[in-house]
Amino acid sequence: MHVKAKELKTDVAVVKDLEVSIGKIVDDTWEEPEGPTPFPSITDLRDWDFKLLNRYKPFYLPFCDVCCLCTFGKCDLSGDKRGACGLNMAAQQSRIVLLACCIGAATHIAHARHLVEHLIEKYGRNIPLDQGGLNIDVEAPVTRLVCGIRPKTLKDVEEALDWAEEQVTHCLSATHTGQEGNNIDFESKAFHAGMADQVGMEIADLAQISVLGFPKADPEAPLVELGFGVADVKKPTILVIGHNVPSSVGIIDYLTEKKMMGRVEVVGICCTAHDLTRYSPSAKIVGPISWQLKYIRSGLADLIVVDEQCIRADTLEEAQKVKTPVIASSPKNCLGLENSTDKPANELVSSLVEGKVPGVLILDTDKVGEVAVETAMAVAPKRNRFKIIPEIDEIIEAGKACTGCNECIRACPNNQPIPEAMKAAAEGDLNPLAAILEECVGCARCDSACPNDFPLHSFMVKAGEEDLTQEKYMMRCGRGAIQDVEIREVGGPIVLGEIPGVVAIVGCANYPDGNAAVAEIAEEFARRRFIVVLSGCAAMSAAMVKDEEGKTLYEKYPGGFEAGGILNVGSCVSNPHIAGAAIKIASIFAKRNLRANYEEIADYIHNRVGAVGLAWGAMSQKAASIAAGFWRLGVPVIVGPHGSKYRRMLLGRKDKKEDWYVYDARTGDKVYVGPAPEHLFTTAETKEEAIVMIAKLCMRPNDTTKGRSMKLTHYIDLHKRYYGVMPDDIHLFIRNKMDIPITMKTEIQKILEETEWKETRIPDPTLLKRMVRKRG
Amino acid sequence: MSAKAEPWQTAEIAGPKKALLIMKPEVVVAMIKRAKRSVLIVGHLATETDSEKGKMIDYAIRLNKASGIPVVATAHTVRDFVKQGFHPAAQMSAMDIGNRLKDPTWSGLDGKGPYDVALFMGLPYYMEFVILSGLKHFSTNLKTMTLDRYYNPHASWSFPNLNVEDWTQSLEIIINKLGGK
Repeated sequence: MHVKAKELKTDVAVVKDLEVSIGKIVDDTWEEPEGPTPFPSITDLRDWDFKLLNRYKPFYLPFCDVCCLCTFGKCDLSGDKRGACGLNMAAQQSRIVLLACCIGAATHIAHARHLVEHLIEKYGRNIPLDQGGLNIDVEAPVTRLVCGIRPKTLKDVEEALDWAEEQVTHCLSATHTGQEGNNIDFESKAFHAGMADQVGMEIADLAQISVLGFPKADPEAPLVELGFGVADVKKPTILVIGHNVPSSVGIIDYLTEKKMMGRVEVVGICCTAHDLTRYSPSAKIVGPISWQLKYIRSGLADLIVVDEQCIRADTLEEAQKVKTPVIASSPKNCLGLENSTDKPANELVSSLVEGKVPGVLILDTDKVGEVAVETAMAVAPKRNRFKIIPEIDEIIEAGKACTGCNECIRACPNNQPIPEAMKAAAEGDLNPLAAILEECVGCARCDSACPNDFPLHSFMVKAGEEDLTQEKYMMRCGRGAIQDVEIREVGGPIVLGEIPGVVAIVGCANYPDGNAAVAEIAEEFARRRFIVVLSGCAAMSAAMVKDEEGKTLYEKYPGGFEAGGILNVGSCVSNPHIAGAAIKIASIFAKRNLRANYEEIADYIHNRVGAVGLAWGAMSQKAASIAAGFWRLGVPVIVGPHGSKYRRMLLGRKDKKEDWYVYDARTGDKVYVGPAPEHLFTTAETKEEAIVMIAKLCMRPNDTTKGRSMKLTHYIDLHKRYYGVMPDDIHLFIRNKMDIPITMKTEIQKILEETEWKETRIPDPTLLKRMVRKRG
Repeated sequence: MSAKAEPWQTAEIAGPKKALLIMKPEVVVAMIKRAKRSVLIVGHLATETDSEKGKMIDYAIRLNKASGIPVVATAHTVRDFVKQGFHPAAQMSAMDIGNRLKDPTWSGLDGKGPYDVALFMGLPYYMEFVILSGLKHFSTNLKTMTLDRYYNPHASWSFPNLNVEDWTQSLEIIINKLGGK
């Protein structure tokens, strides 16, 4: 509560300018001065957004011509038409982008709120926050930067969560009919939602790392098992799916308490699996998001516990087909089940074991643990791994009956040749179906589309069953934040360009050959001494490739934030550790103030820290808000081909010289710095294009000549390897002849002569006039 | 040749403004001849799509030779062009060329001004779908045409969904009518 009075008259005194705050202790031990934007409103960083959006203008890619969000519509917005509310197509598309970012941000922030409330209820409000002991002094860099607070205990984060929730509500309200009407303002609000999302995610991970004892900024976090074949099928198996770990923690705690560890397998899919292995390395990971359906249908799980986010909506129906009971454990994902939280555990166990109900909703994590374990133990012998994967004969018969109508391939997001595979199956050859499984993202739209109701996805699983059950890899579990000492070691080389870049591979790799692509990209850049950071399902995908010696990337490369390192920071909510590393470079290496100083730090990162994000597969709204958080920091993000469906790119134009000027903070002069980085958000059509683009987007105006020369060497080398030719834009990235890679001098000098290249100077770059030091 | 104008990917519905069907390859020939400045964008699937007579990339080269239309190779497609001794006018990402094509002030690959016809082939269907949509809504004087064998409703002109035989036959006719081999 905050009370403010200009003048207060009482019987004994007159008090002027009285201000009283109750419920919050102001951190007056923090010497760092407060910057201009504590707890920023939706317009406080608008000027910064407009600077970025003036350089990286939106290219809109509408799904369809209409808007159908209100009852005036549908409205045809094609060409220069406007809807009944007056909105045009550009504004409508940016509105959709904002909606996606609000959905994503709300999801993470609500996740954080649930986690914090749960942990406070269980462990108290005064539990200290600790991301890395003595190795981390700058805890919660995103929250410091955005909100201007330095949370020390669990209760301290509530204020930041209050702010984040309020911001998302404001942003969402702007999408209402008759509110915001300008596309660039919609974009600015999308950035704002992304920034609030970063705060929410950071708090979620900070809370669970601190309280649940996850690895604390540990480069040598334990190696854990991953793959379809990880579970010992002789034991009862519990499968957990989702992102919010407390109910899964309840399972591990119950097993520990009852001394039953080792008697039950606990395996997970998606980010709950990440976080469960951070809690208990004895837990195992089945795989990323797209492994859900094939695992359920294979009947390997004796009980399924779902929490929230990225869970198939048909989990209950699919589980019923294989007689697997389901426990829903999140208020956000109740699956239509009766709320049985208050019923005795033994009653719930017997209902599930006897099949009286297909599942129950339990909103108490301890009870979830007890019911899950006891049910799995009792159900396993009864189920006897019942599965609905068909026998080969059934597939051959289906192949013969298939009419080749093409509905399956037309429903497949990746145009997989299912009709041809069915034709081969009719002849007894299941290899084409097995080959499709390798590329399949497990959406089962083919099943839904088939007019004969053939379970095509199950056919593929059967065809590839032998390889699938052998699938077993090692992955380093999520390490959490980056240590301050690591930042001290690499901050200078990154800002000067001598470590050529930080490549953050995030999101899901749901794309044909997505695992191999992500692993190849990660290894390509680690070998080149970039720092490669992974999170979420992409971190799992990168582990799902072995070399000739049977080793995965995590067994071959160090897990430190260092040149040539390959790091798994953890689940989706661990993403802010990546942004946090960039922020901490500004703070620890460059001694810039973080506290509520967003614009200056974003300007620093944009001009100096050669970081690039890559999200390779088809993804949800959460990926949109995660990307938006990076856009506002000025960090470019590349998406794979399906990412083009986010409906808007933010593209620079290297052919427009006027777009690429910065202030030299030393003199105030405007200096041309070339298109570095060229884009803020773009799509790579192929893995090869992504690799070349990453190398290019790591260039920054602040690079020293040595750093730029190294970055150009990688860019040119990769361009030649994957495209077979020299890049046509090298001259735009050479400021003076010292930038030219020494081994390519003759070749490049010839190009410079042909392009009428002129030398420019290397400024102390900033987009903010107020950062110019010379006055007068 | 079927006249059914259904998007190849079932759910990719465009809205009120849909591509006109190319029922005869001569339509493409007429459009190219009528165009003041046209450009051909070739995606990486052109290097993978086989027919009995060759890959899509071969048709792109022949089309260029017959018509002189400059070729923009997206992603790593340029490598395969160069392997065949053909040098495209530019290598550019699909988003970059789309973004430039929507700009009426862009001076083109040769500095001589914007294009009025853009032909597409070999991009992933859904990616081409959204880029064509971006151009449909935000370019001013540009007509787009997809030469892939799938109906892509956001183009100005598109083939219907075709089998490989009908499609390659159409491409052969187009190249021949433009004076190519």
